[in-house]
Amino acid sequence: MINPAHKKKMVVVEGSYAVAHSAKVCRPNVISAYPITPQTHIVEDLSQFIADGEIPNCEYINVEAEFSAISALIGASAVGARTYSATTSQGLLLMHEALFNTSGMRLPVIMTVANRAVSAPINIWNDHQDAIAQRDTGWMQLYVEDVQEASDTLPQLYKIAEDNEIMIPGMVCMDGFILSHVYEPVVLLEQDLTDEFLPPFQPEDILDPEDPKTFGAFAAPDTYEEFRYLHEQAMQKALPKIEAVAKEFEEIFGRYHGGLIDGYMLDDAEIIVMSMGSILGTVKDVVDEYRARGEKIGVLKVRSFRPFPKEQIREAIKNAHAVVVLDKNISIGTNEGALFTETKSCLYNSKVRVPVVGYTVGHGGRDIRVESIEKIIEETKKVAKSGIEVESQFLDLKEELL
Amino acid sequence: MSKTAPKTYISSGHSGCAGCCDAFAAKFTLMGAGPNTIIVNPTGCLEVMSTPFPNSSWQVPWIHSLFENAGAVASGVEAGLKALGKKNDTKIITIGGDGSTMDIGIGAISGAFERGHDFTYVCMDNEAYMNTGIQRSSATPFDASTTTSPAGKVSFGNPFPKKNMPAIIAAHGSPYVATTSIGFPRDMMRKVKKATEIVGPTYIHAHAPCTTGWGFDTSKTLEIAKLAVETCLWPMYEMENGEITQVRKVKDPKPVEEYLRTQKRFKHLFTMKGGEEEIKKIQATADWNIKHFGLQ
Repeated sequence: MINPAHKKKMVVVEGSYAVAHSAKVCRPNVISAYPITPQTHIVEDLSQFIADGEIPNCEYINVEAEFSAISALIGASAVGARTYSATTSQGLLLMHEALFNTSGMRLPVIMTVANRAVSAPINIWNDHQDAIAQRDTGWMQLYVEDVQEASDTLPQLYKIAEDNEIMIPGMVCMDGFILSHVYEPVVLLEQDLTDEFLPPFQPEDILDPEDPKTFGAFAAPDTYEEFRYLHEQAMQKALPKIEAVAKEFEEIFGRYHGGLIDGYMLDDAEIIVMSMGSILGTVKDVVDEYRARGEKIGVLKVRSFRPFPKEQIREAIKNAHAVVVLDKNISIGTNEGALFTETKSCLYNSKVRVPVVGYTVGHGGRDIRVESIEKIIEETKKVAKSGIEVESQFLDLKEELL
Repeated sequence: MSKTAPKTYISSGHSGCAGCCDAFAAKFTLMGAGPNTIIVNPTGCLEVMSTPFPNSSWQVPWIHSLFENAGAVASGVEAGLKALGKKNDTKIITIGGDGSTMDIGIGAISGAFERGHDFTYVCMDNEAYMNTGIQRSSATPFDASTTTSPAGKVSFGNPFPKKNMPAIIAAHGSPYVATTSIGFPRDMMRKVKKATEIVGPTYIHAHAPCTTGWGFDTSKTLEIAKLAVETCLWPMYEMENGEITQVRKVKDPKPVEEYLRTQKRFKHLFTMKGGEEEIKKIQATADWNIKHFGLQ
């Protein structure tokens, strides 16, 4: 629901512009940029802000590859700079090695990922395979549903990542094209409110000749494990922090998009559709129709995929008769999407006994139609009644192409 | 070192081999640059031997990220300091081996030089991947035997000449590119100092004989470094804005044989049939250097 007070402030802009504006008001010190569709408009808009002198105390680096985009931010973050970049797909995959390095050094770099399919076959349209492939890199991943959330989540993620108890990098995952290129009404983040919400970045450890420190030392078997443990502990601390920061954001800006998760028509839902990203809008429309007919269907939005909110998911779905998970990705070799696998996993050793089925959907940007969602809900109703027949499957396969 | 030698900022007690070339290179670099320095060190022997957590030999701020990204990390360090208004006179020095510089990291270095970041890149060139066990790099000289370019019944070792990295950097428009050698500490310190005082991206390529990888006694590191210069296989020069402005003259160049004989990596040239012809080819490289750089 749109807050009437916000309606007056709304402007119609491209999703990428709203995100670039949001990055700007977060007062970044170093931005690195490399073009890749469908992320490019974000860094183009930021370069225009720089050209117009609208981002004070900020260096914009046109790097020669995404690998250097993330690497430059490693160096910048280590001297205490607030850092930003945006990428997608092949660019994110090229960063893979450095993503581990960023998080291992506990540098709170923030990126927007305009999610896109990965090659081969080459495909520039939206799915989540690029970000899901980074799930073990030790970064936080928040998936957003619409442009306003893509914009609003950026300062939230800075605040979470830069907490001295956490110090973990993060990516805001927004659906490529569907959100990056759509024009829709949004409230552009106000500079004064953002300043009130987001304190300056003040890390405890930086590279400083006055107080020399060693970053990125070599750790042998006698110490390496503890680094991994502390990283995991910090990620666990991010769980309540994500919830708390979403509420702090609401207090100042009056908007709430969920914390770790968000529910829609969830409380009495017998069938729950779970997913991440912009697909949730379509799902909610379909659910509205079911609700109008008196059918108890609900939606569980997973906003935080890393850290993974096991407890919150268990609690949200414990009374459902059946759950269906829609994944815009697949872990080839399991025939399952990542959210589906992890949802099942978090139930196994719990008392919650709910049948869960999964669909991998929207590969390479294939449209997910209302009729398809309806079909999925109908099938899940059968699961609630008579159990699981097919645990996980592709949606809308074209048999004639096989 | 004499009592008047400048202070260095890397402590002893690291786990480098006796006579380690990287230790010399790091020491001379910091003696030239001084304490107001941030070091970016790509993966390699120097990083491993100097920072076994929780210990560190570095008395200046130091960051190691990955093998192939030091040029980009240094770009970010510089940009970050500038944005925060903290750059001032702080020197940013990347110090990396030939593998990270000339092979895997060359893209990031090219980007950093093209963009004109204010930093100095020091390449410690020991002519192979020593940290992983003496594998060939693009810096490995012609006919050197390494574990991935071994001499054998039908091979004299590495079949390719050494890549000319200083020329590649100079082609980026760098205001200062210099070659030096750990065998000439004062030369190296002077050039590092000069490079760090010039605004913009500057480059020092330091020849650095590796006792383990090249196969010579641990007491001979500096001696062999000098021999490379004295045989004109390693020309020492400075380039300012693309032009050679200084060359270290070699009065009576020694035959390359004197250099090659000291190292196991060239031993096959003295035992295999046809080795003499190969040595002539290497002498031709030295002769070309003499002519091209005007070493005499």
